[in-house]
Amino acid sequence: MGDILGLVGKRLGMGLVILLIISIIIFFMVELLPGDIAEAVLGQGATEENVRNLREQMGLNDPALFRYFEWLKGVVMFDFGRSIVTQEPVMSVIGERFRNTLFLATYAAVIAVPFAIILGVIVALLRNSIFDRVANVLTLTSISSPEFFLGYILILFFSIKWGMFPAIASLNDSMSFFELLNRTFLPALTLVLVVTAHMMRMTRAAIINLLASPYIEMAKLKGTPPWKVIVRHALPNAWAPIINVVALNLAYLITGVVLVEVVFVYPGIGQALVDAVSKRDFPVVQACCLIFAATFILLNLAADVGAILTNPRLRHPK
Amino acid sequence: MTDKTKKDILLKIRNLKIQGYTEENWIDIIKGVDLTLHRGEVMGLIGESGAGKSTIGAAAMGYARDGTRITEESSIEFDGMELTTATEGERRALRGKRIAYVAQSAAASFNPAHKIIDQHTEGPLHYRLKKRMEAQEDAIDLYNRLRLPNPEEIGFRYPHQVSGGQLQRAMTAMAMSCRPDLIIFDEPTTALDVTTQIEVLAAIRDIVDQFNTAALYITHDLAVVAQMADTIKVLLKGEEVEEASTKEMLSNPKEEYTKSLWAVRSFESPQRKREGRQPLIQVKNVDAAYSAGPKILDDVSFDIYEGMTVAVVGESGSGKSTTARVITGLLPPQKGEVLFKGEPFPADYKDRNKEQLRQCQMIYQSADTALNPKVKISEIIGRPAKFYSGLSGVALKNRVDQLLDLIELEPSQYYNRYPSELSGGQKQRIGIARALAAEPSFIVCDEVTSALDQLVAEGILRLLDRLQNELNLAYMFITHDLATVRSIADEVVVMQNGRVVEQGPKGEMFTPPHHPYTDLLLSSVPEMDPDWLTTLLEERGLENLGEAASNKINPGDKKIMPQDA
Amino acid sequence: MSIFVIGYYSLLLIASCLAAFYNQRSAFLMIFSLTLVSFIVGIVGGTYWLQFIAVLTGVIALAAMVSYAFREFLILIASTEMAKELRTAPLTAAFGMFVIFTYAVAGIFAPWIAPHGEAEIISSAFAPADANMLLGADQLGRDMFSRLVYGTRNSVGLALTATTLAFLMGSFLGLLAAAKGGWIDNLLGRIADVIMSIPSLIFALLMLSIFGPSMPVIIIAVSIIYAPRVFRLTRAVAGDVVVMDYIEAAKLRGEGMWYLIRREILPNSTAPLIAEFGLEFCFVFLLVAGLSFLGLGIQPPTADWGSMVRENATLISFGEITPLIPAAAIALLTVGVNFVVDWMLHRSSGLKE
Repeated sequence: MGDILGLVGKRLGMGLVILLIISIIIFFMVELLPGDIAEAVLGQGATEENVRNLREQMGLNDPALFRYFEWLKGVVMFDFGRSIVTQEPVMSVIGERFRNTLFLATYAAVIAVPFAIILGVIVALLRNSIFDRVANVLTLTSISSPEFFLGYILILFFSIKWGMFPAIASLNDSMSFFELLNRTFLPALTLVLVVTAHMMRMTRAAIINLLASPYIEMAKLKGTPPWKVIVRHALPNAWAPIINVVALNLAYLITGVVLVEVVFVYPGIGQALVDAVSKRDFPVVQACCLIFAATFILLNLAADVGAILTNPRLRHPK
Repeated sequence: MTDKTKKDILLKIRNLKIQGYTEENWIDIIKGVDLTLHRGEVMGLIGESGAGKSTIGAAAMGYARDGTRITEESSIEFDGMELTTATEGERRALRGKRIAYVAQSAAASFNPAHKIIDQHTEGPLHYRLKKRMEAQEDAIDLYNRLRLPNPEEIGFRYPHQVSGGQLQRAMTAMAMSCRPDLIIFDEPTTALDVTTQIEVLAAIRDIVDQFNTAALYITHDLAVVAQMADTIKVLLKGEEVEEASTKEMLSNPKEEYTKSLWAVRSFESPQRKREGRQPLIQVKNVDAAYSAGPKILDDVSFDIYEGMTVAVVGESGSGKSTTARVITGLLPPQKGEVLFKGEPFPADYKDRNKEQLRQCQMIYQSADTALNPKVKISEIIGRPAKFYSGLSGVALKNRVDQLLDLIELEPSQYYNRYPSELSGGQKQRIGIARALAAEPSFIVCDEVTSALDQLVAEGILRLLDRLQNELNLAYMFITHDLATVRSIADEVVVMQNGRVVEQGPKGEMFTPPHHPYTDLLLSSVPEMDPDWLTTLLEERGLENLGEAASNKINPGDKKIMPQDA
Repeated sequence: MSIFVIGYYSLLLIASCLAAFYNQRSAFLMIFSLTLVSFIVGIVGGTYWLQFIAVLTGVIALAAMVSYAFREFLILIASTEMAKELRTAPLTAAFGMFVIFTYAVAGIFAPWIAPHGEAEIISSAFAPADANMLLGADQLGRDMFSRLVYGTRNSVGLALTATTLAFLMGSFLGLLAAAKGGWIDNLLGRIADVIMSIPSLIFALLMLSIFGPSMPVIIIAVSIIYAPRVFRLTRAVAGDVVVMDYIEAAKLRGEGMWYLIRREILPNSTAPLIAEFGLEFCFVFLLVAGLSFLGLGIQPPTADWGSMVRENATLISFGEITPLIPAAAIALLTVGVNFVVDWMLHRSSGLKE
């Protein structure tokens, strides 16, 4: 067992290191800004006096490395500084939004994952049949379409023409859970469409690869009935690639969330990031980027660790 | 082996035609083969790769591999039941219970996610022949009969925790689990070392005897089939050539092709001696290892004289290929040196000049990876000539033509071809021509005939011998096949676990006294005598053969006479 | 029962019978299932839905016929080698090739095809389509169709440039890493890992927030984001080649690094690289479109499909499909390229078996 713990530990360590490097990149990128940050922020109202004050206020006169560590310290304690635009603590701005995004992503994932895996397995078993080929074309179309395309189509039909769901997903605290689901259905559905297609294709490829293994043929030659071949021989070896596929696609979900939130005007962290970028509100931008990157790394890590833990050769070393 | 009395017919195949799907077309792989197998009879199916032996083996179970189909004209009758017209359910009911299959690679055919014994008991449980506890006890009994170490607990391990030879026997046990009437052995020992092979052969033969099971034994190794089968059927390109009882076929083959197979190991080049020659390559006290790993070579020393062939023999892991890498400069040694004509060769190939690199060429085992598939033959052969001798234009073309002639390939036909259009033997000849193009004095032949069929390999060996005489080349011939050594070697170096165990002229090596390891190697090679295996087991006993025995031997042991073993 | 309904069903039924008669199993299955589905939908939803399905089927049938014709056309004009490969292309790949061809023509001949300039205001805002304006006017009164055509140049051109840059960087470094091995390989691999650990959109947003949304910034940012993926693939493919014996034979001959890369490694890596180029183009294209949609990509008044969607988004609430047209243009190209790449991957993996 020690072997596995070692491998997992190493992987976790690497993830942490990468996160650290990314935090450095995120922080120091702002340093690359041509010209002065304070000037850029103040824009038109950049008199010498104002610039000097703002620099003082933003702590820009301290050496870069010092500021980085201060920032890092704050990050670890969930204090991301203050927004340049609103002067409010960044945390208060994005804290609730992060929860909203998480909700949306979970909503989509809960629908998409089982659906995609089951479909993927079925399509792999019915390889090269007409069912498979139609599914191939549909999924390819889905992953080629930008999220906003799918989103607007859904709005057009489900919301405007048939009035089944609201087009703008605004939230307030007083909603019941059911109403919450109702309001967020369309954005969740958009995400589901995009992610399911990816997951299904990857699952299909993984299962087909698995079914070509010699031990599957051996099972057939022993007279094992087809359903048993799948359940007893293929499935135990399928967890590893499936977990890998799921984790990687959940990571992909993160990017999709941003566009979907903008289309549906959903108060999530993606929307916050886009707004902050247009207004050049750097502390917010840095905070959002860091959160997204951390989630992404975490999910990739889960994929790798999952692959390690489900590998029978590693679970039972010599 | 059982005596051939007229018992009931178990398997009757008539006019078997199988087609395979390649590049959008169905082409005939098996073109009308007949086969009759009686209860308890062992039949060997022998032929070169591509002859279709495995496909016939699978067809005997009514199973068509992915990408193949059995045509309607074929008739496969198993114990009275016609398989081609039976439903898939009926055919499946036979598999595992009455007909079992042992694959070539046990490591790939066992499911890595389940314990060995669970896969073994799957059959009996599914067919309701035994209960779980009974089945497990039976499995342990079979493991015992097959002489597996620790039979009580080996089944409870996972496949990757068990070695190749043991896994192969475990697969044989699994095939026996339902006491089938017929077992199909598909090249079960091809991937194993010679010393491991013996144990598996003995085990298979014993168990087939004990349970009076019929068997189809598929292989390309003539000597192996002679040990195992009552009857032998020879196949060539999907068609049947000849069939006869083992004794009859060995003593009196009828067809030309059969005769050519049997004659294969007859080529032997006359022994050359060291007198009047200079040492060309001298390996002195070489220690070598890969970056941070364990020592691969330990104090290896031997000499190669010009114009002579030194065969370096050993099993996998003995360090033969590593020695070649040291000589060519791909792996600088940690200690010791390599001398060329008395002068030290720079240890790293990057430090050698063109002239030094030219002297030492290499020919590889697998022609598929040895030739760049995207480059024309003319350039494959021409590039070294251009690179070293600065030839170009017409002079270059003439040289390429000359080389093609030398390797017995018609220049006009092969000049503009690509490697993918050639057969294995032809590709290997191109590899030789490429080496010759540099006009070397020394060529390393790394298992160059191991991937080829017997007949083709014979041709390559004859070619190499002729070239050696014409061009005064020295060869370092790496191989694990002692028959090849007997054919072409002048001197032999035996290696085990990175050390030189014995070395000397060929004649001396093949007569006792020798080192226990050499003794083991020599005795483990199957001979063309049907009673060879039986005699060997009687003389030595199984404890002194196989993996277990080779693990007991040390390179430092003293030489022995065979009867002391 | 309107003539349409009768005509539609008869057509479907005749087609299914023909397919069954000629033993075209898959065609029969498709047509018959379509008939059943239309039947159910027709009962549940009414004539409107039936029309919808009919239109959809008609469009698909039209696309299939166009693809088929285009494929035959290509087979005719191609060399014998290419023609042999083209014959194996499925309809989807042919459709993809047709789409790519159309877009290429639109992009190259844009000034001649578009009736108006891309920034020309010729009408009132959101004017409906008429003889002058094929698709109506956008929110400033410019001709949608012309902007769409010019958008091909801008959107596709930008994506193509960025992909090429990413590809050159990634493949060069990948080949180098595979050929040299050692610490260069490790270092480049680690850098690639780090860059790939940041989601692409996020990284792009980060860079744009700092350097501002201009063309050069977008191109450089996008190339940096996608180069690691190309690097990884090239490294893997070249890595497979590098362990071959013929590479060792060439090294032992004393061949230099550049010879190895040029003559030995590269020719054996081209097929997967070309497929990868197609895939990367799709990713890049979608990313740039997304950025433009967010207002952070190509800036107005340059015609670009992503920003066109954004500008006309309000029309959605009126049930107009106008904003969907540029979005569909994006989707169509990506789908086309994906179909072609899918076919290429299918062929190269099939060959290995």
